[in-house]
Amino acid sequence: MSLIIDHVEKSYDAVKALKKVNFEVNDGELFGLIGPDGAGKTTLFRIMASLVIPDAGHCLIQGHNVVKDYREVRKIIGYMPGRFSLYMDLSVEENLAFYAQVFGTTVDENYDLIRDVYEQIAPFKKRLAGKLSGGMKQKLALSCALIHRPEVLILDEPTTGVDAVSRMEFWDMLKKIQKEGITIVVSTPYMDEAELCDRVGLIQKGSLLEITDPSKPYDKDETQLFSLKSKRGIYTCLERVRRLEECRHAWLFGDQLHVTLRSERDAIQIKSILDSWDDSTLEWTKITPTIEDRFMGLIERETEKSHNNGETI
Amino acid sequence: MGEREHIIEVKDLVKKFGSFIANDRLTFHVERGEIFGFLGANGAGKTTAMRILCGLSYPTSGEIRVAGHDVYREREKIKKKIGYMSQKFSLYEDLTVSENIRLYAGIYGLGRKQIASREEQLLERLGLTHIRSRLIRQIPLGWKQKLAFSVAIFHQPAVVFLDEPTGGVDPITRRQFWEMIHDATEEGITVFVTTHYMDEAEYCDRVSIMVDGRIDALDTPAALKQQFDSKNMNEVFLKLARS
Repeated sequence: MSLIIDHVEKSYDAVKALKKVNFEVNDGELFGLIGPDGAGKTTLFRIMASLVIPDAGHCLIQGHNVVKDYREVRKIIGYMPGRFSLYMDLSVEENLAFYAQVFGTTVDENYDLIRDVYEQIAPFKKRLAGKLSGGMKQKLALSCALIHRPEVLILDEPTTGVDAVSRMEFWDMLKKIQKEGITIVVSTPYMDEAELCDRVGLIQKGSLLEITDPSKPYDKDETQLFSLKSKRGIYTCLERVRRLEECRHAWLFGDQLHVTLRSERDAIQIKSILDSWDDSTLEWTKITPTIEDRFMGLIERETEKSHNNGETI
Repeated sequence: MGEREHIIEVKDLVKKFGSFIANDRLTFHVERGEIFGFLGANGAGKTTAMRILCGLSYPTSGEIRVAGHDVYREREKIKKKIGYMSQKFSLYEDLTVSENIRLYAGIYGLGRKQIASREEQLLERLGLTHIRSRLIRQIPLGWKQKLAFSVAIFHQPAVVFLDEPTGGVDPITRRQFWEMIHDATEEGITVFVTTHYMDEAEYCDRVSIMVDGRIDALDTPAALKQQFDSKNMNEVFLKLARS
């Protein structure tokens, strides 16, 4: 087991940033942590990187305790924080050489590991890191986090604010790094990236709601989830479908709506209702939930729970 | 859409920084009340063009009118008729919910009485009345974004510019935000929006995609998907931006 998170808790004043978080990451796995800002992702990653001490619970990386054995931990992890970790007043090659030296190695020694990533920015190696574009900074930061050939790579939102093309390239790079036998733990706010992980943990308000394998069919699919398409304007359709008693939730989903019904019986009922709308462009299809649908379902359940408990913000 | 009024009219917009051409002869228009998606890779030139449309920077050449005003000579008039919100900067963290509303309303020239009555309406509509005296930094990001958007359209501008407005929130909050955007267009406000979430491109009436300073595609999401033989906007974007 590369990483063990065992009942980890952390509070900042009255705010519970992490509530008894529990999970494990296997050797060589690409594990994703998905959740919005403020969910606790960064706090958890800082604990893994031995930069924050948890209030309770344990965190082990390759068997080393991040609090007691932090010196060992720091040698075997590569950490890329959300905000850039680079020295803006050093050049590209100076940043890389600096990180290599800090970890007691040289750029040449592990160059094969970073070659694919670094060669994309090598033409600009004399440029100051502060003068690089966002995508290039991200590649340099990844090179720096890898230069000592870590056993576990910890990436805190490496693709936030990055365009769709660069994000795809970044994930291609991660897959290659994984093939080198490096365990990767990565957080992201983008649901489509969840599908690229071996397993994904969904985190919200300090709690890990669920861990899933995106490639496996959803075994807890009790929901009656349908997609609804119409050429007559999706927003009008959304308003209409929400007014139906049978509709539990309806949300925009790309060029269609995803509609959850209250019960199986409603699935039959609703067909005749939709027919009465007299819209020949309507397409109503039963679908299996994506990761995003599942996460939304979990958030809805949590919201209803806290609502029932009379909680407000 | 047809013959609706052009609230933004751009003809041969060029912006150079030294020898670098950030915007290369952009020509497009935005119709009143539409949601116009302004897409492109990082560094494609979106922010540069948006700053010009907001009256914050002069173009090198081209004819550009926003809300009927010329971007060379009538920048102050433009600023009064637009709203702006970005993920990076919107509300003051160390002011309360109510103070932020009043500050922005005042900046946009609304009178004291007008502000008071509309502030109540807004707080009510957002369900924030009970936390009106709370500092912005103490409220969740999703609420902040909804409030920031409401504040940006508080003075009922002709166009609101949204620069990656939905970063970092959960998928439900993101969708609620888009429903708010749609509601604004029902009131006649035109929405000009950038995003890196490709599913959000589907929620726009029309989408333009910038590549290396040029607009390489502009149409409705449905027409773009057909044109580029793609099943969603993500594929359209990848095909264009990668080539």
